Amino acid sequence: MISNSQLVNKYFRHNKKFPHIWCPGCGIGTILGNMLRAIDALALDKNDIAFVSGIGCTGRAPVYVDFNTLHTTHGRALPFATGLKLARPELKVLVATGDGDATAIGGNHLIHACRRNIDITTIIFNNYIYGMTGGQYSPTTPHGDKASTCKLGNIERPFNISQLVEAAGATFVGRTTSYHTLQLQNIIKKAILHKGFSVVEVITHCPTTYGRINKKGNAVDMLKWQKEVAIDKSRADKMEPKELEGKIVTGILIEKQLPEFCEQYDNIIEAAQNLKNSKPGGSK
Amino acid sequence: MNKKSSYQLMQGNEAAAEGALAAGVSFFAGYPITPSTEIAEILADRLPANGGKFIQMEDEIGSIAAIIGASIGGCKALTATSGPGFSLMQENLGFACLAEIPLVIVNVMRGGPSTGMPTSPSQGDVMQARWGTHGDHPIIVLTPSSVEEAFHYTVKAVNFAEKYRNPVIVLMDEVIGHMRARVSLPPESMVERVNRVQPNMPPEWYLPYERSATGVAPMASFGDGYRYHVTGLVHDAKGFPTANPNESRDNIRGLFTKIERGFRELCIVDYEQMDDAEHAIVAYGCMVLSARSALEQLRSSGRKVGLIKLGTLWPFPRFALEHYLPQLKTILVPELNMGQIYREVLRVNAGKAVIEKLNRVNGTIITPNEIVKTVKGMTR
Repeated sequence: MISNSQLVNKYFRHNKKFPHIWCPGCGIGTILGNMLRAIDALALDKNDIAFVSGIGCTGRAPVYVDFNTLHTTHGRALPFATGLKLARPELKVLVATGDGDATAIGGNHLIHACRRNIDITTIIFNNYIYGMTGGQYSPTTPHGDKASTCKLGNIERPFNISQLVEAAGATFVGRTTSYHTLQLQNIIKKAILHKGFSVVEVITHCPTTYGRINKKGNAVDMLKWQKEVAIDKSRADKMEPKELEGKIVTGILIEKQLPEFCEQYDNIIEAAQNLKNSKPGGSK
Repeated sequence: MNKKSSYQLMQGNEAAAEGALAAGVSFFAGYPITPSTEIAEILADRLPANGGKFIQMEDEIGSIAAIIGASIGGCKALTATSGPGFSLMQENLGFACLAEIPLVIVNVMRGGPSTGMPTSPSQGDVMQARWGTHGDHPIIVLTPSSVEEAFHYTVKAVNFAEKYRNPVIVLMDEVIGHMRARVSLPPESMVERVNRVQPNMPPEWYLPYERSATGVAPMASFGDGYRYHVTGLVHDAKGFPTANPNESRDNIRGLFTKIERGFRELCIVDYEQMDDAEHAIVAYGCMVLSARSALEQLRSSGRKVGLIKLGTLWPFPRFALEHYLPQLKTILVPELNMGQIYREVLRVNAGKAVIEKLNRVNGTIITPNEIVKTVKGMTR
């Protein structure tokens, strides 16, 4: 496997000023690093990768890495990526998005991208909070937990992102945490290879906002919590629902093959051109 | 597109779709909305037959996002909408202004605000087209006043977008969009096509936002070996976010400079019977049709009236007015809004001629007779 210094040399932009914007202890760097290891293991050409993001802490990931990178508006990474993918189907399009970006402001785009089954890999960095704006509750903040806009406890029920995207029709759904780095690499690899819309939900931690206000300890404590609550799908399948309360099932949750959007569109082009050529008088 | 130029009967929306195809548009993303839907329907049929792509998105926010993505992928990209959809597009329109992504939005205006009058003509989006997205930004807005112009101005819009790396809005009113007229479209070989300048230096030398002498930076497509960063944050010449005051100033001022340099080319204005005119009607879109008819009547009654027809609304072609101001006693600005271009005319006039506005916001047009009556009143 590629060493850390090789990884930095090969994939980080040499002309971009560092340090990065993330707080000490943040989980985003771990996920980004393992995404790069997955890409390296697949031996993909950097020119063939487009890395698209929305707004928020996660949205800042693309700027540091040496791909075709597109930092879009809040919640809109998926429709930007959809246009790009359809225009350049040969590109591997990866999307990095946070829980607020993907499921609040971008929720409509998320469900429709799932339904459309366009070949894009979406990594959702789920840290249960809006970190960049200082810790407001998000659609995944657990019921009862605190945030700067619900100091007395969150009265809304959270989305289960993996269930949401499964219901919306995603053909590949994987979930893991920023503690389980090998599983993370492995799932991202499989998601990239999957033909169709793939979602990787990564449970991660924001020690600065969510961790502090909910007294979850420091980054190490939060990683330990991820280790404790995660339970692999192979084990979870044999357990009773009651035993799974408070647990997060990890692994590849959904993997199925259905016709992919760009490939189907190629068929439309072929059919439309045949129709045009078969018409008397031709082109109109 | 027919091989030879010949007469056809078509409506403005059809002509705009034909213009898009003739200009080389290969990508459309949109969402159904009256009174622009025909453009989407036609391009859904025609694009794949030409090897292009069409996608119906979940909303107009996604539509403009998708055409930005496709444009970054190297396609000439266009969407069509009406007021409510145009409102939804504003945030990403600003992204395209700042990131300098070529694209075209055809906005077939309806009465507004809000859901307004979906099937009735209006010219209420003139100011929204100028200032709808937040922050200081330049914009190019063309407005056809005939079915044939709907074709030609859509071609021009695509070409301007490519040349200036800037969003261009084709602001069409419902009369032009849905009016059927006999048109003669040029053969495809006669249609000028402008393509964005691509970088020709080795990728390691490429600075995606370093402006060339024209004020516009060459634009690489994703996937062509030039790996670079595109962001909606204020950025430096490398495309990376910056908070440096000098770099931030250069970024924003550079957007304006490129449009200022192209000002004359971008301003489409036509003059009818203006040589000896003492009175002018300034009109655009369907108001040109009423004004032209009024002009005939007024001339036959001996009044020296002319027409200044605005094909470009933004940047506002102030020289068109300034040139004739010394000979003008009065100016009338008929509009299907509360007076959006009127205020611009007032500003350029700076107290020289007497200016009146004639406005209508009830879903009907201003008739030639009403213009005749108003001009007669002004010229008494």
